[in-house]
Amino acid sequence: MGPFATGITRLYGRKGWIALAVCAAILFVLFPLANLVAPKGSPLYISDYTVALIGKIMCYAIVAVAMDLIWGYTGILSLGHGLFFALGGYMMGMHLMRMIGRQGQYQSDLPDFMVFLNWKAYPWYWSFTEHFWYSALLVVLVPGALAFVFGFFAFRSRIKGVYFSIITQALTFAFMLLFFRNDTGFGGNNGFTDFKRILGYPIATSETRMALFTLTAAMLIVTLLFARYIVTSKLGRVLTAIRDAESRVMFSGYNPVHYKLFIWTVSAVICGIAGALYVPQVGIINPSEMSPANSIEIAIWVALGGRGSLVGAIIGAGLVNGAKSVLTVAFPEYWLFFLGLIFILVTLFLPRGVIGLLKFPRRRRA
Amino acid sequence: MSPKTIAPVLALALLLLWARLACALPAELVLAVAAGQSDEQVAAVGKLVASGDAGVEVFFQALLDGNVQVAGGKRVLVVKDEQGVDAATNEKVAPLPDGLEDAVVNNRLRGALEAAMGALKLTSPDRAARLAAVKALEDGAGEEMLPLIGKALAAEADPQIKRLLSLVQAGVQLKSADPAVRMAAVKALASSDNSNTKTLLLGVLEKKGDSFAEPDAAIRAEAQDSLKAVQSRLSVGERISQVFTGISLGSILMLAALGLAITYGLMGVINMAHGELIMVGAYSAYVVQNLFRARLPGLFDWYLAAAVPTAFFASALVGMALERSVIRFLYGRPLETLLATWGISLILMQSVRSIFGAQNVQVENPVWMSGGVEVLTNVVLPWNRLIIVGFALAVLLLMWFLLARTRLGLFVRAVTQNRGMASCVGVPTARVDTLAFGLGSGIAGLAGCALSQIGNVGPDLGQTYIVDSFMVVVLGGVGQLAGTVYAALGLGMANKFLEAWSGAVLAKIAILAFIIIFIQKRPQGMFAVKGRMADS
Repeated sequence: MGPFATGITRLYGRKGWIALAVCAAILFVLFPLANLVAPKGSPLYISDYTVALIGKIMCYAIVAVAMDLIWGYTGILSLGHGLFFALGGYMMGMHLMRMIGRQGQYQSDLPDFMVFLNWKAYPWYWSFTEHFWYSALLVVLVPGALAFVFGFFAFRSRIKGVYFSIITQALTFAFMLLFFRNDTGFGGNNGFTDFKRILGYPIATSETRMALFTLTAAMLIVTLLFARYIVTSKLGRVLTAIRDAESRVMFSGYNPVHYKLFIWTVSAVICGIAGALYVPQVGIINPSEMSPANSIEIAIWVALGGRGSLVGAIIGAGLVNGAKSVLTVAFPEYWLFFLGLIFILVTLFLPRGVIGLLKFPRRRRA
Repeated sequence: MSPKTIAPVLALALLLLWARLACALPAELVLAVAAGQSDEQVAAVGKLVASGDAGVEVFFQALLDGNVQVAGGKRVLVVKDEQGVDAATNEKVAPLPDGLEDAVVNNRLRGALEAAMGALKLTSPDRAARLAAVKALEDGAGEEMLPLIGKALAAEADPQIKRLLSLVQAGVQLKSADPAVRMAAVKALASSDNSNTKTLLLGVLEKKGDSFAEPDAAIRAEAQDSLKAVQSRLSVGERISQVFTGISLGSILMLAALGLAITYGLMGVINMAHGELIMVGAYSAYVVQNLFRARLPGLFDWYLAAAVPTAFFASALVGMALERSVIRFLYGRPLETLLATWGISLILMQSVRSIFGAQNVQVENPVWMSGGVEVLTNVVLPWNRLIIVGFALAVLLLMWFLLARTRLGLFVRAVTQNRGMASCVGVPTARVDTLAFGLGSGIAGLAGCALSQIGNVGPDLGQTYIVDSFMVVVLGGVGQLAGTVYAALGLGMANKFLEAWSGAVLAKIAILAFIIIFIQKRPQGMFAVKGRMADS
């Protein structure tokens, strides 16, 4: 299989597709059966908690794939992906808040926090959010538009490297401050929570959760294949070339701005979708999701898994978040030490990440 | 009787006689104060004050202390420790008569009494006491004080007190029934710089229903002019304090960013743990403070003299250890450096949390740093902020000296400009890197020590400043001390002015947006390095 192979074989080889099919079978068949059909207490039963946890981690994995596209393949370290993720989540959250109806604390048509602020009507940017299709559109458009506008100016003035990282961090920080304000109209500190139903179904039942779970799994697989499609295409080769020698790409007659802007926007949209899947599963979205720390953490998932490897990004997200959910319960004080050590050790000793250990166990670092 | 027993009795008798001669107060006024109706009471207080009698103060104090009792609605006694003294005649009353009732001191009377006590101090020989008395009167003097104020004004020699006193007088005269007196008062108020005057003049201009509080239109016009004069004077004060808070914030940002100007600006190391090095400095100050409190309580006021170098060396050591163990392996790979130093910052934060707890700790100002300098009546510049502005300047000078005038600085600049060539001519580049990083970290420690004097010290201290200090360096331009200074002061000022105009959060967002746009135009910052360096 050469670089210019076409069709299905271009994405993955025979073994790759088989592995993917096995994963899909586990996610789409085994999990629903073990959660919904198997009786509670039997060794086959998978608890709702586990389903929610894996669903959450799959959302993170989608973000990791998006991050890998922009960082691993194009060499642009974004510290703003947490922002796009949270924005997608907020857009979905707006719809879910609308769906609470009059079941809030104050039994008003407006969400509780607006009643609390003594607002009489929804602000303009809440209009039409009661329609699911419109909110779904916002999930894609808002992070996409923000990324496009920001990226347009940033890439056009050839901001790159650490400068780009720092101003994306500043952007994220600014949005976090903005969303912390009560007057911004997104619930301030507390954000959105206490959702009741989604598309008419009550949100907390096992069946709805399982539906969200399988939807997330599907989205993860679609994202993986789509990202794989991009990176194996000619476009993907240009992106890698930009990462390795941007000036040469320019001198060869390509305009790096277009390529960077495209992949940056695509990456942001994927993050937004992941956020929209995340919010109904965890049941809350608040501005702390936008904290700069979260965005940097996304980078370490990818770095741990292996930059420039999509499967690696997924593995990295799984490893870090899996460890987080275990360790924050078992040793809450030591989790940050552990996370800090991952940051240091991975950058010092694992430049190719876990996947590099598996794939090229003896190769010296490039 | 033996002479031993006679002597005290005789002394007491003499004392009483003297007291009686000196301190006989008009009985009807005393009674009015102690047992009259509210209006009578206040009027009587004024008359008593105007009498200028020395016994008035004692009587008022007794009233305020709740030691005055009325016998049968006629006689007023000051009763203390079961000993009764007639308040008007100062005669000793023993045994105490039956049917004593406590004199009721309601809030209105209490206010009048306190103001009166203040007014009595107007004639004190001590300048500070007089000044304090005038200041107390500024907040509320009644018409009954006028004679006393007039007397004090005539006797006053100090120009500052005289000016203040005449304003108080004008304030009282505004309530006078005579239009000419009111007019003179309005004119006199124009030279005030007290925010209370504004309220007074606004009261004159107030409209009650259809009629004005001040019936005379000419006086109203004059009041309008006076109001304008006062307002412009007050707004000068507001502007001064705004500029000062801007400078203060700017100097703090500068302190936080100066270290970064070395590690990032000169060495090109993205140190996300810079904020945590600031935090290490602040905690060092906390530890030194505790040591002084426990071991050397007598020298507590001078603990900062030890805390400043401790903070510098603690942070410098941590920084040098980091450079040796992690950062040097990542030179030339800025994105990896960013991630690794972020990891370091997480570990430092958690270490501090494990050692000192997650709560903020208290770092006390030494006595000589509390309080402030009063520039205008509505502008007080706190000492701790003033000292930090000076401290920031001192650190800046020190850094300039180290970089521009010492051998280490020469080496640092040489390594920055051409590492290979510097190495060839014998500069130990690796050691210079470590020392330079240590210097930058030490300056972060100094910033932390300064911050401990004005804000909370907690594990998250560094996080608050990291974004800001990177913004300063990015805006100022890499490799430039001057850029850092201008950017820090500019951001500090802009932040405070926008804050007054739009609130703290929006101000911060506006600044960040401005920086993002600014970088579009000038990616190298305000002071770009020209030539070959710029492109690398």
